[in-house]
Amino acid sequence: MNDILTFITLALDATLRVATPLILAALAGLFSERSGIVDIGLEGKMLVGAFAAGAVAYWTGSAWLGLGAAMLASMGFALLHGLACITYQGNQVVSGVAINILASGLTTILGLAWFHQGGSTPPLVGAQRFNDITLPGADALKSVPVLGDFYANVLSGHNILVYIALLLVPFCAWVLYKTRFGLRIRAVGENPKAVDTAGVSVALLRYRAVLIAGALCGIAGAYLSTAQNAQFIRDMTAGQGFMALAALIFAKWRPWPILAAALLFGFLDALAIRMQGVSLPLIGQVPVQLIESLPYILTVVLLAGFIGKAMPPKALGLPYLKEQR
Amino acid sequence: MKASTAERWLSLFILPSLNLLTAFFFTALILLITNVNPIEAAHYMIQGAFGSQEGWGYTLYYTTNFIFTGLAVAIAFHAGLFNIGGEGQAYIGGLGVTLVALGLSPYLPALIVIPLSIIAGALFGAAWAAIPGYLQAYRDSHIVITTIMFNFIAASLMVYLLVNVFAVPGEMTPASRSFPDDIKLWQWHEFMGFFGVDFDSSPLNISLLLALLCCYGVWFLLWKTRWGYEIRTVGANPDAAIYAGINPRKIWVLAMLLGGALAGLVSVNELLGVQHRLVLGFNAGYGFAGIAVALMGRNHPIGIILAALLFGALYQGGAELAFEMPNVTRDMVIVIQGLIILFSGAMEFMYQPLVRRLLWRWVRAGA
Repeated sequence: MNDILTFITLALDATLRVATPLILAALAGLFSERSGIVDIGLEGKMLVGAFAAGAVAYWTGSAWLGLGAAMLASMGFALLHGLACITYQGNQVVSGVAINILASGLTTILGLAWFHQGGSTPPLVGAQRFNDITLPGADALKSVPVLGDFYANVLSGHNILVYIALLLVPFCAWVLYKTRFGLRIRAVGENPKAVDTAGVSVALLRYRAVLIAGALCGIAGAYLSTAQNAQFIRDMTAGQGFMALAALIFAKWRPWPILAAALLFGFLDALAIRMQGVSLPLIGQVPVQLIESLPYILTVVLLAGFIGKAMPPKALGLPYLKEQR
Repeated sequence: MKASTAERWLSLFILPSLNLLTAFFFTALILLITNVNPIEAAHYMIQGAFGSQEGWGYTLYYTTNFIFTGLAVAIAFHAGLFNIGGEGQAYIGGLGVTLVALGLSPYLPALIVIPLSIIAGALFGAAWAAIPGYLQAYRDSHIVITTIMFNFIAASLMVYLLVNVFAVPGEMTPASRSFPDDIKLWQWHEFMGFFGVDFDSSPLNISLLLALLCCYGVWFLLWKTRWGYEIRTVGANPDAAIYAGINPRKIWVLAMLLGGALAGLVSVNELLGVQHRLVLGFNAGYGFAGIAVALMGRNHPIGIILAALLFGALYQGGAELAFEMPNVTRDMVIVIQGLIILFSGAMEFMYQPLVRRLLWRWVRAGA
């Protein structure tokens, strides 16, 4: 019995670590897509952020400056996406693909040119990283069965970015549903014409949404290189941006379900690592690759309308032209 | 010059050239940042891609892959669909090629196994594309998202099969056992040697002819047949197509089937032509590059051949560049590719207002 509890505790602890970048990037996608701009480029923006954080944290010795650099770099790429999609009314999917490819190539090239370590940034130590913090009272509550155990071993002992990500969920929900800005973002993704008629600039709103997406992707990237790991490694996002996109869709473009989807996908990932070579009663060995691809399979099944129906924002992917009726 | 001719020139030549130049300009800028002389780099790239028979061989070998994936994106695009699943379709195509090449070779002569293997590659790719196509057509799920998801599912599936099913005991690299010696395509130098022409050895094989044949086939299908007409009609306006008695759902599935089959043929070039066994990640990057190829080639087979040649030259030239200049790696090619997709694809209309104004002034002055 105790074995199972330990297993669950460890798995949940790992779940939170894996889910954090997914939460952040999916929230990024939430703002962009609710405003009507498709964001395939979450992956690339995260990667750029991870690189900027790794490099600047190493140079300055401060993880926080690294985080700032990550947000700026990622917002730079977001601006590029905005320019292509909003100002030049190009194809939003193509722009996202370009950003992903560009980010992958550029981070490696600059990494090689500046650090000569095969595309990685130098290892980070001490204050160059976001280190794990123990929540108040965690040690005292450790002995309390289940709840205390959960608090001390699952919730406590993460780095600050994990908690920021968790707090951002209610904050983003509040912004999106309780503020005027949020209302307008949602409106511009459903019916830009109406927003325009009300005298609000569609382009400006969408630029702001895209930039928020950039900032959030930057935090997600900084988490990868300066919190979860201790350096930037080439292509370290390894599909997590797309996993976040899947979580966003799985959550039907809503903030609280994003948390649930990211935790579910994170749990599957934590499970996949622990299931390696383990034989289950009745079922036998479950292939790790099957568990790893479950998030994608689940998203496809959901999109196909077999479990509920995911309705994207109505104006998603359509450039807004004033002259067009 | 007539106004319509001017517009044609604008969209077919002037804008694409300007976009490409912009991409190259930023490439040069990035090279300068990393302390590399861009002119020297360009020299090595062109020399590497076209300076020797071997260079040409490699360039055209890469070109072959890009033609397949470019066509795969283009044919779906004509039906109004965005197929970014070329990556996965090519991978699964490799499964078909391998199953037939390994499974049937003990029973049938090579001359029958090879064509069957090619067909299997196309069929497997088509099947993998058909599911997202079906889900888009009949279940209304967005093709961009499903094809992305299918790329990841394909990657997981292939890793599983390579590690657990195809892996040769005792081998470290996850790859299948080699195909029998006679199950392979003619290398280009063998092919040319047959006609008494000397050609240096390279990975180039007769898949290139298959790719060119597919270009002709796609052109003929799209512009000379009823199916092609229906595909283009649905792409232009699905509602109007319904009034014309066309069922857009069927056409969407059809276009994805054809696109998937074309992407699947990448595995013919890679596995039957070069590797002679199933290897991990042989498809890497070709599917995504196909988007750029189709965009630059304006979704027309002739344009796709030209764009594929450009990308083939970039790949080969980039490899040569990394070899000649210690400061540069092949990643430079990825950056160039990204810049081309950005400027020729996403920002393709950036210069349009400006150039159109200048062009009109010139047209009026001439009239």
